Amino acid sequence: MGKVYETSNAALAGLPFDGMTVMSSGFGLCGIPENLIAALRDSGAKDMTVISNNAGVDGFGLGQLLETRQIRKMVSSYVGENKEFERQYLGGELELEFNPQGTLAERIRAGGSGIPGFYTKTGVGTVIAQGKEHKEFGAETYIMETGLKADMSIIKAWRGDAEGNLIFKATARNFAPLMAMAGKVTIAEVDEIVPIGSLDPNFIHTAGIFVQRIVEAKCEKRIEQLTLREV
Amino acid sequence: MGHDKTGWTRDEMAARAAQELQDGFYVNLGIGIPTLVANHIPDGVDVTLQSENGMLGMGPFPYAGEQDADLINAGKQTITTLPKSSFFDSATSFAMIRGGHIDLSILGAMEVAENGDIANWMIPGKMVKGMGGAMDLVAGVKRCIALFDHTNKRGESKFLNKCSLPLTGQNCIDMVITDLGVFERLGNPKRFKLTQMADGVTLDEIKAKTEADVIFE
Repeated sequence: MGKVYETSNAALAGLPFDGMTVMSSGFGLCGIPENLIAALRDSGAKDMTVISNNAGVDGFGLGQLLETRQIRKMVSSYVGENKEFERQYLGGELELEFNPQGTLAERIRAGGSGIPGFYTKTGVGTVIAQGKEHKEFGAETYIMETGLKADMSIIKAWRGDAEGNLIFKATARNFAPLMAMAGKVTIAEVDEIVPIGSLDPNFIHTAGIFVQRIVEAKCEKRIEQLTLREV
Repeated sequence: MGHDKTGWTRDEMAARAAQELQDGFYVNLGIGIPTLVANHIPDGVDVTLQSENGMLGMGPFPYAGEQDADLINAGKQTITTLPKSSFFDSATSFAMIRGGHIDLSILGAMEVAENGDIANWMIPGKMVKGMGGAMDLVAGVKRCIALFDHTNKRGESKFLNKCSLPLTGQNCIDMVITDLGVFERLGNPKRFKLTQMADGVTLDEIKAKTEADVIFE
């Protein structure tokens, strides 16, 4: 088998190349593969297309790959909270393709499931629909969206085993199970690698077939909007 | 908010929107004023809040020390679970939204038009942050309420004949709640009708500040 790697750099070794398409999990900074993003930065790969719901914040998460100019194009649903992103985008140095969040999730799910395209109502009558095939089903108009795949997916999970079986924690799950299916190679960064047999098969979120490499790594887990209740 | 103006405060707008919640509803609340609706859920009404980043049954904000970086809402704020909570991936979350399983979406707006169009995701020429899940919500949720200030900072109506900003969705808003009142979109063909005026607001003021062609009585 040999899916387990000792370090994030080793887990990524031999995979990055210039011009590659990478999927990276997370919603905001929740559920991002912090250590694999750093390893991707260290790899020096450039002109990358990165598919991720958001673009990190300045200097953290995917923000690190923007600082080093390794990203040529982002495919995202929301990119606020990132000054360097704004500067590069307005300066014409960075391409951006907006997808409605549900369309983005479904495109990734479809891509990983062998479904090349699907129809959705989302975006009909907006700029998102421009240039896309329109089709009537019953009395409603839908637009065609295409499946998305990646040369490599880097995702974050809570616990995993040497087989690549994964479980996620709380809302850190978000795009990770979908991206695991859509990556030609998927690398999972987990809080904890547990012995085979210790995860209950009834409660595995992502089956090991979708995960080719796994590494245990400590995450900072930064909170973007700490919001507390008064005592 | 200015204190010299008439009409509802943001909290009062949220409280009015909360009256639209019905027992057993699954509800998605947008960022901004809609988030405040959670503070005004009527007694005896049990609603389940959906957060599009992958959670049903959103609980209150945590006490200091209880926060968990892996547990946030769509506004990236720390939150907590309830005994009924569940977590799921983003495709499942949007299956709930796009598949018509969510009863009500309450969202903010930059502009709403008399034909039910809404614009709330970008201003050309300025930085574009993105639509996030807004386009999916207005296209898929059974009923959509737009909650916004009736006029902009320059006093111009945001309730228009036609949206000038890039649309989030077309023909999708069923009710408008602003600081001046409530408008329901009813009939065939559907038209907005003023159904409630905020305290201290006159019909003349609402008419003067509404560009949209709506039924006033």
